Amino acid sequence: MTGQSPSFISRIGLAFQLFFRALFNARFAGSATELLAGPPVEKAAPPEPEKPVLLETSPDSALQLLGLMQQEGRLVDFLEEDVAQYSDAEIGAAVRVVHEGCRKALHDHITLIPIQQETEGARITLEPGFDASAIRPTGNLVGEPPFTGTLAHRGWRATEVRLPKLAKGHDVQIIAPAEVEL
Amino acid sequence: MSEARYSIGVDLGTTHCALSYVDLAASEGEEVKLAICPIPQLTAPGSVEERPLLPSFLYLPHADELAPGDLILPWEAGQAWAVGHLARDKGAQTPIRLVSSAKSWLCHAGVDRRAAILPSEAPEEIEQISPYTTSVRYLEHLHKAWNQLHPEDPLEQQELTITIPASFDPAARELTAEAAQAAGYPHATLLEEPQSALYSWIQASGGNWREQVRVGDVILVVDVGGGTTDLSLIAVIERDGALELHRVAVGEHILLGGDNMDLTLAHTVARKLAAQGTRLDPWQIRALTHGCRNAKEALLSDPDLASVPVVVPGRSSKLIGGTVRSELTRDEVTSIALEGFFPQVDAGDRPAIRARAGLTQLGLPYAQDPAITRHLAAFLGRQAEATSDLEGFAGNLPEGASFLHPTAVLFNGGVFTAQPLVERVMQVLNRWLDAEQAPAARLLEGADLDLAVAKGAAYYGYVRGGEGVRIRGGTAQAYYVGVESAMPAVPGMEPPVNALCIAPFGMEEGSEAELPPQEFGLIVGEPVHFRFFGSSVRRHDTVGTLLEYWDEEEIQELEGIEANLPAEGRASGEVVPVRLSAAVTETGTLRLEALPRGGEERWKVEFEVRS
Repeated sequence: MTGQSPSFISRIGLAFQLFFRALFNARFAGSATELLAGPPVEKAAPPEPEKPVLLETSPDSALQLLGLMQQEGRLVDFLEEDVAQYSDAEIGAAVRVVHEGCRKALHDHITLIPIQQETEGARITLEPGFDASAIRPTGNLVGEPPFTGTLAHRGWRATEVRLPKLAKGHDVQIIAPAEVEL
Repeated sequence: MSEARYSIGVDLGTTHCALSYVDLAASEGEEVKLAICPIPQLTAPGSVEERPLLPSFLYLPHADELAPGDLILPWEAGQAWAVGHLARDKGAQTPIRLVSSAKSWLCHAGVDRRAAILPSEAPEEIEQISPYTTSVRYLEHLHKAWNQLHPEDPLEQQELTITIPASFDPAARELTAEAAQAAGYPHATLLEEPQSALYSWIQASGGNWREQVRVGDVILVVDVGGGTTDLSLIAVIERDGALELHRVAVGEHILLGGDNMDLTLAHTVARKLAAQGTRLDPWQIRALTHGCRNAKEALLSDPDLASVPVVVPGRSSKLIGGTVRSELTRDEVTSIALEGFFPQVDAGDRPAIRARAGLTQLGLPYAQDPAITRHLAAFLGRQAEATSDLEGFAGNLPEGASFLHPTAVLFNGGVFTAQPLVERVMQVLNRWLDAEQAPAARLLEGADLDLAVAKGAAYYGYVRGGEGVRIRGGTAQAYYVGVESAMPAVPGMEPPVNALCIAPFGMEEGSEAELPPQEFGLIVGEPVHFRFFGSSVRRHDTVGTLLEYWDEEEIQELEGIEANLPAEGRASGEVVPVRLSAAVTETGTLRLEALPRGGEERWKVEFEVRS
């Protein structure tokens, strides 16, 4: 909206609005005083809110992992297929292929450990300063830690990633090459 | 090489290679620092990963098949071939370009092992490769992989051991040693695989092995790999108050292994599917074989399972629509894996047809009887006398025993992950022993079934440096050359051949046999061919023994040997009397030489690996 110049008529309306708000709203009046004084010159800058930084991740390793899941476990084929036309037994048979292969690909390339060692369903206590990115309290979340609750999911942490090294110029966008039997 | 930092063991297997090493500086006594070296290799085009095993496959791609850079390796911008994981995967789709089982071809006496004959079914335009060169390529890959990971301690400066089947004949040993030289392993020692498995077991026991075996024990090593079965007998004796191990016998070369089992199961399932109208292509048969191996292991390890589903995906992107489902039942696994490959046979049973039928086959001479227990019966029966000469063993085998009685058994090979197969072999063996009033044999526990051969080889290099117990025994055969007998020729009949012993049984590494008194006339400048024989049972023949006739069971013909006298200093066509000398090198190969009468010269006699 900035930079627009309102018409004379609308400016009359605005002047009345400003008159009454300045009269009855002390905070507004304060802001109006500042506005009339013009922009502050080199004033101790009001603490600028920290700019949110969202990182762009490189798609290469994502595509590479997807390629591995397809190569070993046909994951993309499975997800792209219309399952509506098949019976549970047929889908179940294919899932064995996907499960066995993707599991192998996963274990070959990523080392996973549960974040919490307790069995699920156990009562555990979250001490003050717990790692909020690794542990997520849910439900009746009030008061201050320590929180005591039931472990619903143990969580997973990837401790090591071992992706294949790629030749320079290798096209990771090829998730699965087309195959032509001669 | 006293400065070697590591002892490296190379398992150059029929289906997989593995590399292990002992840090010599960090090891002392029974505290041995042993590890498996990961092997960087192509796992997909242009994609390199480290894996503990290098599949023994070599793929010869078409020029247009792969993008540039797809065959890159950490040490090489790209070769014209691929080995390892990628080779195996590509070969499953294009078998005409895949070299597999090169090791079995390396000891196949019916073919020229240095000739470019593999892949054996390749069409003309594919440039084939020899079994020998294939072995060089695998060894080179392992060499470069090691150097990549240990640039400070290059492989060529380490203590090196390469394993071979105990049943490898002298020519196959020689070819392996030469391949190692060519691949930059300057002073590798050859070690028999069953011995290596035992070394690994000794090392893993951390000194405890002395409590598990005792003087008088005869340890049977049953090593069933992917494609071969190797049997050895190792006796435990006492010398100077310490236990000593003596390898007393090795079995014949049996081309029969775990892969045969899985393939047989796969074909059973494929037949079931065919009966329902579903035909599988070769690519699917491979997936099915893999599925059957897992199903076999599941069924054999869980007695409550009645059947295990086996699913094979189709190749199209329609995964669910193209997946074929079948199952492997308990009955099938029992009748095929157990009764087919490990049947309950008697000690007197023998394989239906001799494992090594002729020398003229073009394909690999696969064992014709799949029953490993029958091969075992034949081996123990043939070796009944194996311990009779050993100190302290004289009265161990009762009078009239029909086979050698093992007292302990060590298993090796991934096949034996399935415990019922171990139990079956023990059960069959112990029934034989019981029938001859002998005590039951014990199972030696704690073997590493998959990596024992590689690990044992690295440990052997450490033991050779003076630490720990060594297995002795020397050559497991006596060797003979064929000599035409002086009998008058009979028209239409080949002149009878006598066998002259030139190397006795049990020659140790680095030893030389005495010279036989017999001389041969060699013609200068003309290659002279001798027939060559080996015996794994004639333990008493000394150099110079001349056999006029023998039992086929006792002596086997090996590939011939050839002496070629250089013409230097002699007139071409001149006949020179020579004697044949045999020695076992430090590497573990048999070296034959021709020594002319009254001269200092030594001429190498070659194994005729070119048939």
